[in-house]
Amino acid sequence: MNDSFVSRFVSRFVFHFLAAPGARQRFGLIVFLGVALLLVPALHLALPPENAFHVSTYAITLLGKIMCYAIVAVAMDLIWGYGGILSLGHGVFFALGGYAFGMYLMRQIGRDGSYHSDLPDFMVFLDWKELPWYWSGSEHFLWAALLAVAAPALVAFVFGYFAFRSRIKGVYFSIITQALTYAAMLLFFRNETGFGGNNGFTDFKRVLGYTITSPETRLVLFGVTAGVLAASFVLARALVASKFGRVLTAIRDAESRVMFIGYDPLWFKLFVWTLSAALCGVAGALYVPQVGIINPSEMSVANSIEIAVWVAVGGRGTLLGPIAGAFAVNLAKSWFTVSFPEYWLFFLGLLFIVVTLLLPQGLAGLWRTLRRPRAARGTKT
Amino acid sequence: MSRILFALLLFVCAAAARAAPDAALVRQLADADSDVKIAAIRELARSADPGALRILRAMSEDGLALAGERVLIVDGGKVFDAATGAPVEGAENAEPVTVNNRIRGELAGALAALQLFDPDPAARLESAQRLQSRPGAGMAPLIARALERESDARIKALLALAHAQVRLADADPAVRLAAVRALSGSSSPAVKNLLLPLTGQSGQSGESDSRVRYAAISAVKAIEGRLARAETIGRVFSGLSLGSILLLGALGLAITYGVMGIINMAHGELLMVGAYSAYAMQSFFRSHFPNAIDWYLPAAIPLAFFSAALIGVIMERTVIRWLYGRALETLLATWGLSLILIQSARALFGAQNVEVANPGWMSGGIEPIANLPLPWNRVIIIGFALCVLLLMWLLMNRTRLGMFVRAVTQNRAMAACVGVPTARVDTLAFALGAGVAGLGGLALSQISNVGPDMGQGYIVDAFMVVVLGGVGQLAGAAWAALGLGVVTKLLEGWSGAVIAKIAVLVFIIVFIQKRPQGLFALKGRAVD
Repeated sequence: MNDSFVSRFVSRFVFHFLAAPGARQRFGLIVFLGVALLLVPALHLALPPENAFHVSTYAITLLGKIMCYAIVAVAMDLIWGYGGILSLGHGVFFALGGYAFGMYLMRQIGRDGSYHSDLPDFMVFLDWKELPWYWSGSEHFLWAALLAVAAPALVAFVFGYFAFRSRIKGVYFSIITQALTYAAMLLFFRNETGFGGNNGFTDFKRVLGYTITSPETRLVLFGVTAGVLAASFVLARALVASKFGRVLTAIRDAESRVMFIGYDPLWFKLFVWTLSAALCGVAGALYVPQVGIINPSEMSVANSIEIAVWVAVGGRGTLLGPIAGAFAVNLAKSWFTVSFPEYWLFFLGLLFIVVTLLLPQGLAGLWRTLRRPRAARGTKT
Repeated sequence: MSRILFALLLFVCAAAARAAPDAALVRQLADADSDVKIAAIRELARSADPGALRILRAMSEDGLALAGERVLIVDGGKVFDAATGAPVEGAENAEPVTVNNRIRGELAGALAALQLFDPDPAARLESAQRLQSRPGAGMAPLIARALERESDARIKALLALAHAQVRLADADPAVRLAAVRALSGSSSPAVKNLLLPLTGQSGQSGESDSRVRYAAISAVKAIEGRLARAETIGRVFSGLSLGSILLLGALGLAITYGVMGIINMAHGELLMVGAYSAYAMQSFFRSHFPNAIDWYLPAAIPLAFFSAALIGVIMERTVIRWLYGRALETLLATWGLSLILIQSARALFGAQNVEVANPGWMSGGIEPIANLPLPWNRVIIIGFALCVLLLMWLLMNRTRLGMFVRAVTQNRAMAACVGVPTARVDTLAFALGAGVAGLGGLALSQISNVGPDMGQGYIVDAFMVVVLGGVGQLAGAAWAALGLGVVTKLLEGWSGAVIAKIAVLVFIIVFIQKRPQGLFALKGRAVD
């Protein structure tokens, strides 16, 4: 009796995770978090570097960086894959988040910089006597974290409000976002802007008082990034499955008709656009302490377009696809730039062309086409 | 007849009189008193005759000697009489004339002044420059005389300046006033700097005579006004120059975007292809026709056009053709093409910038008004851009192909229904747009660096022109390009290059709010 109760409970539990709608994704999520939070730290700390299963610092930094990119890919997919709006300026939101958190990291250097001043080194170099007003509060972690979300969201809100209100869409919108990131890059390149000019922020020492390069700090940052990636995936999935998401998709496919039915597309687009920017900001804030540098080239036109190719490679309109795309493209990038640096641009260019010509649904679409014959056979028999 | 003869006689007499300087004056050169010597040097310099030049030059080279009451010029082994120029025999007891530093300085000034009458314009120019930088007192009549005889405009201007400078130091306020008035018509910064101390506004005590001071103040104001005007004109010109480059970059884009509704992100790389065509043609001329190297640029025009057009055709046939109606995908695919083109250029020509030289006829410039230099290469590029615009306009409005292109732009389906071969028109229009981009790159090679990444810098600007001008509109693209160029350059004068660029981008973003179709929208109804 008791035994059967237990077995029923267990089977129910297992069913809940493995067979109910969405259960497989939940299972995958748990596996992913388990690997990121337990297995990787264990392999990194417990095993000696000679061991074949040892996860090196390089690998942790690389994977952490790519997970930040994956968050950006999810954000991009929300606005492009579900909203039908291709942004060529998402790099600017990513960089704004990075700069906001970078300000905090610069303040954490304290007097350990090369000039032993309270001010960041580049300000001493520029002969500034005090921090500009927008640096006030940046010594507080919470304020910096808030700023990393709020600054890109605010920029996106204002920009999006004006753009969507006048119903700019399609390639026009793409080009204007490109101009936005280009203008921001030029602005941040200037020393007078107060964000370190060409060199940006670098040489961080501490985060929350802990040494930023210690293995433990790296692992915590890695784990936080994995958690944020999982959370943004869950959030995005809830969003696109909701009524809101259905309206958003409808706007993507036939905006005029949605308007005729009585919805105002402006607020739907604006919400998802702002949310997407905020997610990028979070990703940027996580990226900076792991990579250890942020400079205006993050806002270059090419960087923002690369974000679009992660999503395109993975498959627009799916949520796992872009994450897979971000991993695939960036792993390929680190492999190419180490092994065949001169062929990387050829590969990337071909990737753009092949994906758009032959794989409009990306890897996710390929996966579905490969599975469909099997599924079709299954229903026949 | 007799009057001409008389005039001739007078001239000969005058020449003879000049050739022989006053003997008493020459004797004073050898006087024991330095002040007497200096007075004599000044007097001789003022006479401005060749004989005086010879004597003073000899004196400055320690070649003057005194034998009794006769002043001699000792030139190597030969000895002449200084006053008459006749050879003199046996002057062993001659005593050299001492020349101290004070006299040497005086001599240098006098020689410079005398050089103003040298038949060689280069020597005159050098002398005028020296005089202008350090005019000696009492030189005014001499300079005035030289001014009358001078024919070269540049030397004349320098002399006028030097003349006024000397007269400004005159003791008589009336002379100073006249000098200030004469200078007020100038438009050169040098004159302004000359007058500025007189106004008493720049910290110095200023001119003592109030009439002269007020005249100086108003003259400075007038010159400043003229300078500001020249600067503004210069800005507008550089704006037009930037605009012509933007126009060359955007014309092709306006066609491809207008006709096919696709965004060609590889457009900048087509510019690069054109620029490298110039480089290739230059190398070809260097190795095969080094004598005609100045003509490589005209020879590169067809190469730039057709190589870019060929790449355009290949791009259209292999990639873009399959993506019609999917504008965002085209954007990504053409970005991929641009990466491949950049890397190909690196593989073919190296990652470094290559050197493309201006042909001889494009270097230098003209200066239509003072202080407004217009380099030839910029002027020629403005002309070239206008020529390309004109040709494009003719092609679009006066040929059958142009008619087809316009038909497809306005209504693709209807054009196809009435028998326009839309697929071929697409290919040709794309090739045309690419070819024009190649021409733009050729022009760019003359004023900026030629390297694999050069196209990336122009792509955002070119898009802004197309967005601002309205889709598929040559006139719109032209006005937008020139307007953007001029506005950018005028803003740069105010606020610096980066802020100007950001301001222009913000302006375009705001502008699109008001007129999403651009400056020159196609009239008609469209639905999506």
